[in-house]
Amino acid sequence: MVVPGIDNYQKYTGRKRLVLVLLAILILISSAVALNAGSMDLNLKQVIQAIMGQGSNVSDMVIWRIRLPRILAAIIAGAGLSVAGCVMQNNLRNPLASPSTLGISNAAAFGANLAIIVFGAGTIQSTSTDAVTINNPYLVTLFAFACSILATVVILILAGIRNFSPEAMVLSGVALSSLFSAGTILIQYFAQDFQIAAVVFWTFGDLGRTAWPEVTILAIIIALSFIYFMFRRWDYNALDSGEETAKSLGVNVERLRQGGMLVSCLIAAVAVSFLGIIGFIGLVGPQIMRRIIGGDHRYLIPASALMGSLLLLVSDTLARTMVAPVVLPVGAITSFFGAPLFLYLLIRGYQKK
Amino acid sequence: MILSVNGLAFDYPSRSVLQNISFSICKGNFLAVLGVNGAGKSTLLKCINGVLKPCAGTVLIQNDEATQLTRREIAKRIGYVPQRHEHFSTTVFDAVLLGRKPYIQWEASRNDLEIAQKALNMLELEEYSLRYLNELSGGEQQKVIIARALAQEPDLLLLDEPTSSLDLKNQLEVIRVIKRIIQTGHIGAVVSMHDLNLAIRFADKFILLSNGEIFAAGGLEVMTPENIQRVYSTPVKITEVEGIPVVVPV
Repeated sequence: MVVPGIDNYQKYTGRKRLVLVLLAILILISSAVALNAGSMDLNLKQVIQAIMGQGSNVSDMVIWRIRLPRILAAIIAGAGLSVAGCVMQNNLRNPLASPSTLGISNAAAFGANLAIIVFGAGTIQSTSTDAVTINNPYLVTLFAFACSILATVVILILAGIRNFSPEAMVLSGVALSSLFSAGTILIQYFAQDFQIAAVVFWTFGDLGRTAWPEVTILAIIIALSFIYFMFRRWDYNALDSGEETAKSLGVNVERLRQGGMLVSCLIAAVAVSFLGIIGFIGLVGPQIMRRIIGGDHRYLIPASALMGSLLLLVSDTLARTMVAPVVLPVGAITSFFGAPLFLYLLIRGYQKK
Repeated sequence: MILSVNGLAFDYPSRSVLQNISFSICKGNFLAVLGVNGAGKSTLLKCINGVLKPCAGTVLIQNDEATQLTRREIAKRIGYVPQRHEHFSTTVFDAVLLGRKPYIQWEASRNDLEIAQKALNMLELEEYSLRYLNELSGGEQQKVIIARALAQEPDLLLLDEPTSSLDLKNQLEVIRVIKRIIQTGHIGAVVSMHDLNLAIRFADKFILLSNGEIFAAGGLEVMTPENIQRVYSTPVKITEVEGIPVVVPV
């Protein structure tokens, strides 16, 4: 039976699916461009040969060891940060929420400072390529991760006391952020120049730190989180129409928030520990898609993920190629190009498609 | 019996809101909950569907104790239209489809879409189906929210001041729709109201709340000028205009 109303509605949701497909195609094209871009000139044939495992040793190495993990890290981390931002904006009912809202980034930065300055994981090297190296990256990652998880747990406990009200969560996030920033400043005050250089270098987000093990861990955590979020997509839609409405539709709002925050913070913690601080993707990815396909989380969650991947991948490719051979910090590039794009969408208003 | 409330009480930490509330309604009942601002009307509705947890008393929904039911099970039986709803950027169809939430496991089925469409038709919202909720007028939005509650296929509707922000025409339209749904759908409704004229004209059961307690409850016979005067501290007269009962403050 064809009911015109349902038919029209299905056409309308079909258009949203089309947007998802288009985004996926854009990511594939950007990945191809990114594989070809870089300081070593490889032509398309060499790239394809290397991917098939039939290239020369050098091109194999460049593609498999350097470019491919980096591209995958961009796609995975971009998706994770953006989807975490999407869920946080919904859960906290705050369009400004993003993975850094709850102080996770500051906590991770504090952990990195602790590792590099107090435990001596950073040093300086006078090679021409990199002035600064971190001689024990695992220690730094571990400390950053431990501190961001600590922040997550504290926020969840504090918010639990106040029944997970969004205000309580945002405010405890703000308080923790400044607490960790203050800690960082105190540590840095007693640090040596080269240690500060190493810390600042760590703080710039950089996708070049990832090799296959990191990419694998990121992929597993973010894939599981994505599945969890998709299972909750109707609950997020219900929450969008008000807390009382959500409850009357059978949603356990407190538990929903608890879970959403825990998983989003986990994504943020893993991403920031491995890659450093990459701002703006988590804020702007979901906001862009909200304006293009609307607030329905059935489509907004995957669309945010794809937009996050695309933004980070394009930013990273630009960061690598703009003033090659210097690789710019990708965190700066995401904001540099994301902000104008976002402002443009804001001025143009909502697109009603 | 769709709903039976026994000795229900609700306290906020600083003050008690409801005490010893008992009543019951059956299929086809339109129960108007009346009382001054702050009398506890909204709180009573929220205690019935578990949005707020009552601190004493029992709520029986179709003879099942509400505390024994999960939120999802309650949502399959009770549709709720809150006093204030937030207008986010979603289409009318999506907003109504959300009423299927308690039934949807992974994705909305064809059956869910059909029920949502039926609810839209019932409130004559077909032409707005793909319009955005925040582009509609207050009356249309209210109908969308009622349609969402209907898409839950409830046995009981809770409506919190469904007409208070509407103009004269929309007030009548919305209340007539509610009346029709109650009669044709064989469901019950608990409606908190401020407009005594609408209440006395359309409802068949009444609760007059005063300071969190039931001052009077029953059929049309409790709507006497004396009772109304006691509850609202305003002298009134009840007359008839062309066969329609009218409450006039004097």
